[in-house]
Amino acid sequence: MSGRYEEKKVQAKEPLIRIVKNDEMPVWKVWGIRILSVVLGMLVSALFINGITHLDPLAVYKSMFNGAFGTSNRIWVTLKDMSLLLCIAVGLAPAFKMRFWNIGAEGQVLIGGLVSAALMIHADGSMPNGLLLVLMALCAIAAGAIWGLIPAIFKAKYRTNETLFTLMMNYIALQLVEFYVDIWDKKQSHSVGIINAKTHAGWMPSLFGQPYLLNILIVLALTVVMYFYLRNAKQGYEITVVGESENTARYAGISVSRVMKRTMLLSGAICGLAGFLEVSGVSHTISSLTAGGRGFTAIIVAWLAKFNSLGMILITALLSFLSRGANQIASDFNFNKYASNILIGILLFFILGSEFFINYKLIFRHKEKEGQTL
Amino acid sequence: MTDSTAVRMQDITKTFGPVKANDRVTLDIRYGEILSLLGENGSGKTTLMNMLAGIYYPDSGYIYVDGKEVTITSPHDAYALGIGMIHQHFKLIDVFTAAENIILGLKGSRASYDLNEVSDKVKAICDRYGFDIDPRQKVYDMSVAQKQTLEIVKILYRGANILILDEPTAVLTPQETEKLFTILKNMRRDGKAIVLITHKLNEVLALSDRVTILRKGKYISTIPTPVATEQSLTEMMVGEKVTLDIERPEPVNTVKRLEVSHLTVYNEDGVKALDDVSFSAYSGEILGIAGISGCGQRELLEAIAGLQPIQDGASIEYDDPDGTIRQLVGASPRQIRSYGVHLSFVPEDRLGMGLVASMGMTENMMLKDYDKGRSPFLNRREPQELADTIRHELDVQTPDLDTPVRKLSGGNVQKVLVGREIAASPTVLMTAYAVRGLDISKSYTIYHLLNEQKEKGVAVLYVGEDLDVLLALSDKILVLCNGRANGLLDARKVTKEEVGRRMTSISEQKEAAA
Repeated sequence: MSGRYEEKKVQAKEPLIRIVKNDEMPVWKVWGIRILSVVLGMLVSALFINGITHLDPLAVYKSMFNGAFGTSNRIWVTLKDMSLLLCIAVGLAPAFKMRFWNIGAEGQVLIGGLVSAALMIHADGSMPNGLLLVLMALCAIAAGAIWGLIPAIFKAKYRTNETLFTLMMNYIALQLVEFYVDIWDKKQSHSVGIINAKTHAGWMPSLFGQPYLLNILIVLALTVVMYFYLRNAKQGYEITVVGESENTARYAGISVSRVMKRTMLLSGAICGLAGFLEVSGVSHTISSLTAGGRGFTAIIVAWLAKFNSLGMILITALLSFLSRGANQIASDFNFNKYASNILIGILLFFILGSEFFINYKLIFRHKEKEGQTL
Repeated sequence: MTDSTAVRMQDITKTFGPVKANDRVTLDIRYGEILSLLGENGSGKTTLMNMLAGIYYPDSGYIYVDGKEVTITSPHDAYALGIGMIHQHFKLIDVFTAAENIILGLKGSRASYDLNEVSDKVKAICDRYGFDIDPRQKVYDMSVAQKQTLEIVKILYRGANILILDEPTAVLTPQETEKLFTILKNMRRDGKAIVLITHKLNEVLALSDRVTILRKGKYISTIPTPVATEQSLTEMMVGEKVTLDIERPEPVNTVKRLEVSHLTVYNEDGVKALDDVSFSAYSGEILGIAGISGCGQRELLEAIAGLQPIQDGASIEYDDPDGTIRQLVGASPRQIRSYGVHLSFVPEDRLGMGLVASMGMTENMMLKDYDKGRSPFLNRREPQELADTIRHELDVQTPDLDTPVRKLSGGNVQKVLVGREIAASPTVLMTAYAVRGLDISKSYTIYHLLNEQKEKGVAVLYVGEDLDVLLALSDKILVLCNGRANGLLDARKVTKEEVGRRMTSISEQKEAAA
């Protein structure tokens, strides 16, 4: 009997694991999987912390939380980080919804920041601060819009690849920033330093004593508007149709090239505005690090939120929390910065990996099958 | 099991999410025999055979080849067992030659990269069964029939004794079908086991020895072909009595609605897709357009709809019922609409052109008039009412009006699209392959809708692939051959053979027939 069993198993062996696409899952199950993934991620991180550093994982998590939310000042800094990232992600939303891979947010932010800084430096004292701020914002928007429009024009006309084109536009913006930093650099320190440190001209004003509050409110308003723009506006509808299929768009009588240019104008404009918010509201200086890689992180945010701008709030909150927390544990425990990055990596890996289990299910070889044949 | 049994599939079940594509299906395939696997679209024929070919893996059930239980997890496993499948969509590399395609992916002892040796072996296979291919010819230079031949040779080269052909005649002309059948009979005589997946009854009756019928994923019956009739097979396939006659009301009050002259179009690849085509379409008539697939049908309809750049010297005149004449050449779809031309178009690519796959019924209803009104925001109310009406009148199966249409079955997707286009009360209605992928009763629903439109005085352009249907439904037939109009025929008088001949070779006495 057992001999036959062995023989069968060799001839007809079902694969150990098979991957099958899942259908709609109830919402509670989806969130259950996501929460479980965070818990699992924390468990694995705890093993890492304990195994490598012999620290108490709970103390590390506590310090992480402290870093992001420990004091009211830290909460504001976390919210500020979040708002800058969110602004760029919201800017990417319409472009990505149109399946136009705008990898150029970094450059659009930089060019917006550069224009803002230029106005702060050259228009200091020549006009009231309110007017200067509006002018800075408008010029930053225009600069970002142009940076977004150029690749769109070329794609609409010559079918150039927008990924490469927007990426190359980043380098142009970067070089321009370096060039002007050199010109404005008065102390040979390879930096511009804090602009208008005394007059505060072109600085975003504090609201209720909070320097970042205005930034945060502007970005939140933009996020809500973008949500309704993509969902309820005719232009948003056109963006979805073009993104889904250019043939369908042409069939419906939508001018694909017009929608492409208009949408990239908008996408670049919002990223340009993010540059203004960074320079005027946060750093009060300009350097090649002004965008700080957020233009790329925002791509991840946009994808994770499936281009839904309200969902982006959640994702940016998570990422900002993780990065603030990582900084804190690095300083609290004398961690190497890379060690805290590993922790973040583990957590993100689990959170992102959970999407696989939401979309697919695994089927293991069932043992009882062989039992039945006998 | 008898000695000649090649394959036995027993109690095979395969589910895709909530759908049971195969539900405890059992069937035998025998050497020296042609088995027809008959069923409507969506009945699970292809799924079942894909499990034999290593594309899918069954949820449960057993497969025996030559009496031994086997596990097939990849096409390589299938080849090793002598099983080969010719899929509906050919798996060939265009820029490779026939011989290069044949050896592509071969491993182990069968692999030989000496193309001369391959050519000799290919020639031997061709001589044996009556194929005709040139091993050095590039795939992009081949006709559809040649590509299919190549797929069969490829599988024989791999030593297959069990061949599965998935709807092989869908892309062939009647003459090419005859040739294929001869080859299949030769292979049967040689002792090969052949499975023919099909939903065409005449093929089943003409060719096969036995026929296995599936319906909605379930095994219905297997009967010897000699005792089967068209009527009995249909009833087993559909599960109820159906009448197989297509109505054709006499056209009344025909008026010229559309006059196309000297239409020349180059497609995206720069190939001349339409060459100096001229014809007229009349209100109250169905003009059938016949041709081998890819002979300019798509470009013809798209050119009229304003979606193709048209060469100079062409004219597409639309005679409005109010007497004005509009020139459509050079107008965009939106301009055509703004002229007040009610031109409805059901394109071949339903989800890639006619509908937005990720949107629900409601949002798809507004695809062509979302921009009406001055508000910058969408009006969802009217489209929703329309979606609701279509859902009820055409019996569209969907969980709700916001479920993405890509999740609906092919037939329901088609109903959404046809429903929207008819709701626009067209004066010209163009349809490309309107019943492709639909089962028999749903196909008849579509024929009925088209006839209704015809009786309302709409000029209907019907591009079809099934010649029997084209001949039964149309009033006139325009035959396209390599982008040229090869005769405008009276569908009530012309024979199927005549249409088939004109699809393949340009007629010398074009004038006389028109």
